[in-house]
Amino acid sequence: MTDTLTPPAAERAARPGPGARILASPLLWPVVALLLLVVINTLALAFDFAGRGETSFFLNVRIQDGHLYGNIIDIARNSAPVLLVALGMTLIIATRGIDLSVGAIAAIAGAVACTRLVGAADEGAVTAAIMACTWALAVCVLLGLWNGFLVAVLGIQPILATLVLMVAGRGLAMLVTDGQITTVHNDTFSDLATGFVLGLPVASLIAVGMVVVAAVLTRRTALGMLIEAVGINPEASRLAGVRARTIIWTVYVFGAFCAGLAGLIIAANTNSVNANSLGLWIELDAILAVVIGGTALTGGRFSLAGTLVGALFITTLARTIPNVGIPSEANYLFKAVVVVAVCLLQSPRARAALRVRRRPVPKGAHS
Amino acid sequence: MVKKTVTAASAVLMCAAAFSACGSDDGSSGKDGEIVMGFAQVGAESGWRTANTDSIKASAEAAGIELKFSDAQQKQENQIQAIRSYIQQKVDVIAFSPVVETGWDAVLQEAKAANIPVILTDRAVDSEDTSLYETFLGSDFVLEGEKAGEWLVENAADSDVDGDGDINVVQLEGTTGAAPAIDRAEGFASAIEADSSISVSASQTGDFTRDGGKQVMESFLNADKSIDVVFAHNDDMGLGAIEAIEAAGLEPGKDIKIITVDAVKDGMTALSEGKINFIVECNPLLGDQLMELAKKVVAGEEVPERVVTEETTFTQEQATEVLADRKY
Repeated sequence: MTDTLTPPAAERAARPGPGARILASPLLWPVVALLLLVVINTLALAFDFAGRGETSFFLNVRIQDGHLYGNIIDIARNSAPVLLVALGMTLIIATRGIDLSVGAIAAIAGAVACTRLVGAADEGAVTAAIMACTWALAVCVLLGLWNGFLVAVLGIQPILATLVLMVAGRGLAMLVTDGQITTVHNDTFSDLATGFVLGLPVASLIAVGMVVVAAVLTRRTALGMLIEAVGINPEASRLAGVRARTIIWTVYVFGAFCAGLAGLIIAANTNSVNANSLGLWIELDAILAVVIGGTALTGGRFSLAGTLVGALFITTLARTIPNVGIPSEANYLFKAVVVVAVCLLQSPRARAALRVRRRPVPKGAHS
Repeated sequence: MVKKTVTAASAVLMCAAAFSACGSDDGSSGKDGEIVMGFAQVGAESGWRTANTDSIKASAEAAGIELKFSDAQQKQENQIQAIRSYIQQKVDVIAFSPVVETGWDAVLQEAKAANIPVILTDRAVDSEDTSLYETFLGSDFVLEGEKAGEWLVENAADSDVDGDGDINVVQLEGTTGAAPAIDRAEGFASAIEADSSISVSASQTGDFTRDGGKQVMESFLNADKSIDVVFAHNDDMGLGAIEAIEAAGLEPGKDIKIITVDAVKDGMTALSEGKINFIVECNPLLGDQLMELAKKVVAGEEVPERVVTEETTFTQEQATEVLADRKY
């Protein structure tokens, strides 16, 4: 069973050098794209400041009130929700599924947590925050069970099964908050998004912590292989003795749990929940992060490191827009152009076409 | 939570029941010549909207007008359906806040054919035929932007926080393409022309949300160290900007001045705490004006084509005074 996932013998025999290995790595292009964005930002900011006779560096980090402060710290902090949602989405996509309801689940988590906090006896208490988050995450697990039930037990197409909750979930969140923007005052809850531990943002630590947990569970145990097996061929894996139904159910619950965490962080970021806008379209950003990271939508192999890079890329792109000063009207166009460029870079066929065009040049020089 | 969910489920069922009931009840003009008004609301998407709904319901009762109310949940087709049912029920006057600007001609023609006058509230429609509605009651977003700009011009000396002689403004725009975003930016820009030391150095959309306002402001703060003033197109983005400014170790309202539009309760609270410097009101309480217009329209009196909602502005002192009985 384990043999199926080790590289083919021929590939192993070739033993590519470190340079070739880096070039062949699926992570190469997402990382290059991310670095390019950073370079663009650095240049834009340097020019901007030079115009005023000052100097500034995009990657500058300083200590502010005992914690790190700067563009990259903001990016790390703001990328936490997308990273969490994308993490769950990676495993779901690996089973050949998709979850469109994560944005709505995030909104429900924020709504439940904030209404519980407002209704608590002592709104500012640490226990109130813990109880509110526990309630919110418990509701998310239930929603994940529902999604998993539709997909794994009833066999409904994932895109349709989760569309139900995508549409209904936001309505539920609005009913929980009575359609109002609910503002909360609880320092512990607020720390989820804006707090710092050892100078590092709590939100990033939570998100990266979840990635590490997922990585250990999937790569140090057989779970990752089972997920990939289900994604490659659910029927064959079932016949081989894999409990496909349980696996699929598990990834949807995990995805909903991650979405719930993301919703809590987004709500904590502004100490409020707006059921209309919390996590709106985050499912699309997450799917994009997963795809940029090199996980195929057709299921099977997945890359958690790729998803991490993808999530950072999306957040850096969002930061690039105000930093470079792209007018609001051109936001979507700019995003679309960049995303298309990255997808082209990653497409094997587009890269092959580039290589073919490059090859004749040295040949022509020789003859 | 369980209770909430049960309420949620029953509410969904009730909505469905209400829709199927639409049109079947043969409403007619109210008893003893009482005016019947059909009102098609956008939804309940914000505290502002809820206050708007409450105001209309309360004013109708006070004015002795029978109100038939429907909530379109942000969907144009629901709103058209509601207006059609009001036409069937032969109400005396129809009022509605259009979800979007276009696509109303057909249903408004039907109302006109049935001789039912239509009043638009809060949002306008984009139709060449202005005979399709009697009047449009709502805020003047350009004027709101102008009021914000005028305050800045009057307080220019105090607003030059870093004392470099230039007042550097960053603008947090509303949703791109939305009328309030376009008009408030336009009004603000024209008002600040009066003082050449004031200029908008950066402007970006924050989508009218706190999270959007916060993220854009974080970027502005890292890119420019000489920001004096933030002009946010609504309170929520201003509240997000406050959090970003605090995280950067600056004091909102002092190190960076903040001007917003709306005057919802959370914004007014921040204003009274000194974190916001000036708020231009965008008044949702247009119920009384609406009922007055409705009576005139039904009586066949002439009404102006455009009626602007009564709106004011708030300084920090004024906010402290009125905060206690702020309804929304």
